[in-house]
Amino acid sequence: MAGLTPSGQGNGSGYRRIVAPLLLPTWLMIGIFLVLPVLLMAIYSFLTKEFRGGVIWDFTLASYDQFFLNRGLFGDEPPVIEWTYITIFWRSIWQAAVATLICLAIGFPTAWFIATRPPRSRAIWLFLITIPYWVNLLIRTVSLKFLIRDNGPLNEPLMALGLITDPLPLVNTNLAVQLGLFYSYLPFMVLPIYAAVERYNFALSEAAADLYASRWVTLWEIVLPVVKPGIIAGCILVFVPSLGAFLAPDLLGGAKTFMIGSLIDEQFRGSQGNWPFGAAAAMILMTLVLIVLMFYARAQAREGAR
Amino acid sequence: MKKLLSTATAFALLAGAAHAEGKLSVYHWFEYIPQELVDKFTAETGIEVTIDTYDSNESMLAALKAGKLGQYDVAVPGDYMVEIMAKEGLLDSFAPADLPNFGNIAPEWVDVPFDPGRKSSIPYQWGSTAFSVNRDVYQGDINTLAMIFDPPAELQGKINVLDSQGEVLALGSIYLGIPQCSTDKEQLKALNDMLINAKQHWASFGSDTAKDVLVSGDAAAGMIYNGFSAKARAEGANVEYAYPKEGFVVWMDNVVLLKDAPNRDNALKFMNFLLDPENVAAVTNYAAYTSGVAGVEPFLDEAIKSSPENNPPADAPKGSFIQVCDQETQTLYDAIWTNLKK
Amino acid sequence: MKGVRHYPGFLTMAVACLVILYAPLIVVTVYSFNASTSITTWGGFSWRWYGDVFTGPEAPRFKAAAWNSITIAVLAASAATTIAVAASLAMIRGGRFRGKSATFALINLPLMVPEIVTAVATLIFFSAIGLVTGYMTILIAHIVFCIPFAYLPITARLQGIEDSYEQAARDLYATQWQAFRLVLLPLMLPGVISGFLLAFIISLDDFIITNFVKGAGMETLPTAIFGSVKQGIKPNIMAISTMMLAVSVLFVTLSYLVNRIGQRTRS
Repeated sequence: MAGLTPSGQGNGSGYRRIVAPLLLPTWLMIGIFLVLPVLLMAIYSFLTKEFRGGVIWDFTLASYDQFFLNRGLFGDEPPVIEWTYITIFWRSIWQAAVATLICLAIGFPTAWFIATRPPRSRAIWLFLITIPYWVNLLIRTVSLKFLIRDNGPLNEPLMALGLITDPLPLVNTNLAVQLGLFYSYLPFMVLPIYAAVERYNFALSEAAADLYASRWVTLWEIVLPVVKPGIIAGCILVFVPSLGAFLAPDLLGGAKTFMIGSLIDEQFRGSQGNWPFGAAAAMILMTLVLIVLMFYARAQAREGAR
Repeated sequence: MKKLLSTATAFALLAGAAHAEGKLSVYHWFEYIPQELVDKFTAETGIEVTIDTYDSNESMLAALKAGKLGQYDVAVPGDYMVEIMAKEGLLDSFAPADLPNFGNIAPEWVDVPFDPGRKSSIPYQWGSTAFSVNRDVYQGDINTLAMIFDPPAELQGKINVLDSQGEVLALGSIYLGIPQCSTDKEQLKALNDMLINAKQHWASFGSDTAKDVLVSGDAAAGMIYNGFSAKARAEGANVEYAYPKEGFVVWMDNVVLLKDAPNRDNALKFMNFLLDPENVAAVTNYAAYTSGVAGVEPFLDEAIKSSPENNPPADAPKGSFIQVCDQETQTLYDAIWTNLKK
Repeated sequence: MKGVRHYPGFLTMAVACLVILYAPLIVVTVYSFNASTSITTWGGFSWRWYGDVFTGPEAPRFKAAAWNSITIAVLAASAATTIAVAASLAMIRGGRFRGKSATFALINLPLMVPEIVTAVATLIFFSAIGLVTGYMTILIAHIVFCIPFAYLPITARLQGIEDSYEQAARDLYATQWQAFRLVLLPLMLPGVISGFLLAFIISLDDFIITNFVKGAGMETLPTAIFGSVKQGIKPNIMAISTMMLAVSVLFVTLSYLVNRIGQRTRS
């Protein structure tokens, strides 16, 4: 299998010598303008909250205590495990995972389809996928909500035709939340997969067909390993931002429950004004994502070393 | 580090934010002041106005606390936010004599609880927050908060509430007849239980979409600001704005003088300008709320003057402002809100 | 042997994908011509909102906002794509080096930090080092969060390219730069285009971070749109959105035509 997979890793063609200069812009930009601010936030998560936003420079574990331990509404009960925030995290992870799967299910065939068009029309297809995103997320989402509402253009014809008697309950459901995430991030699945599939050598499929492998066996056994980097990139680009997203899913899903993103947003931009707790929740989220990404990086490094 | 700092200074120079004479920097909501009025101010005074916008009181507070203080001269916070900003030391104060038009402020809006005697703020627009009901769906008496918190069968599952902790908890407290900043265990538990019980009848939380869900019919009842409800009605929704017998929330947006204002004198000129009845009437005609300045009536559009949303019935109770609780009490209300949305 | 590229159902999925993406835009376009102020009830056909956008009192601000949005998106996406190409060469072709995993995490950091945390932290940082918020600060913030969106598609592409092509070029005495520019870059191009497009749309759409790091008088389309919802979304926002769509369609059509003419003159 390894022989079939064109792995450009590790052999180098002079790039080994200039790794540092190549990475310097990345290190500088992200290092200065994101790592330093995020470190500041990491420190904030251990500070005392200033009422109505801001921090007081007294170190405390209060934010993490609030996240994990429940001491009752008045703080006078013996601590038990706090399920509130764990539930919110679990729900967001679940919604993001479902949205990623829906994106993959629709995005992969689309990317494949685009990659098998004649070269000249491929660019047009890529633009077609991204043009809708010239319209602001808020407007797109409000319009999508207009379409799927109970007496909207989707339900009314179906009811008029007698296909359904009651409107499909879409708005303000979990499905609508997932739809919102899916709709926010679809191109982020399609484009990386396209970039990978476009490179795929169809002679491999032909060879497999000559050996009487069925289409789907070929897809699973031969295509998938080759385009895997694209699929993984797409999944990261959909799943990770979905974890913190809340705008589109809240609009469609009715915002009846917090997502991770809206919980953290509430701490900074909402009336709770609890910066250290918002920072702590963000740190916990980032730690979770980092663990997953590190597993992926390790696996990739091992593959590269082979 | 030194290098970093000098780079930063270079950038700062590039970004160039010199506040020269004749400028004014306003931190405002978007589309809450007619551009013609700003142009009129510039024409009268020669002061060039730059407007920056925010989308909620709280995000303005966060941005100011995170470092934007000192960039703006005036901002337009809501009532409770004026009190919070004053407590946070974000406001500068002025003497009534600094504003020749100070006497135009309607008498009932001078000694307001959030800024007694108007030391740092002047009234901009005010209105109320209650709810509206679609009269095609429900025909009974709607002047009770039970429409939202213990709704009749026709409205169950078709209610939108504002996605705003302050307004939902204040209206909930008013419904139960308990103080807004209670520390009483039984009262808080009752509020918590009542809200969780009511939530099963709610379809959605949404502030930005509060008007649209009523117009589209997605919601048959919804918590809403009075001016917003007037717009829903103007767009064809058969909705009636309620003045619940238990009480409701009133709010007032105010122009405040910010601390470290780079153009303090121009800010005062601007505030004085907005206390002129003809000028502030232009804002009212634009935003469809009510001004806090006496003598605006001759300049108002007829539709605004006579709208049922701006003219409560004679027997309507007095509304109450959202109260600013102390830190310990606020923590309890934060917990109730989180519990409601977990 | 036509079969290997074709999978039953894939065409259906691609069409479904376009329908889902474009259906809401039809609503946007239709309601931009609504005579009433509502975005949900139809009040007859009218050009009024287009007039409003061009000649209304807010027209200069909307124009400035659209201009800022587009220029920032182009600049930020270009910078982020360039940085990402360099980074992906190092990560994929650079072999093993110390700090590789940490660099991988670093590149993906902008994805992992919730937007509001980035927004507040960046603003605090900018004011701590004395940067005055304005166009420049928005641009810096956008470049940073665009990097992973450009990096991941580019890397996904580069991983599939064997280095034998460049080796051949090098054997023919091409310098490393020539081998990159003439051999590797064209092979990477689909990834680079994908990365650029993703970075572009993510920058064009950003609200939360921009809202914090923008300065007085600076407005981008998202901040204008989000700010205006306090008064309710009016069809003028739909009109602006429709014009943005028209601009993007115009770009695509132009580039397609230029491409075709270029090909015709070559052949």
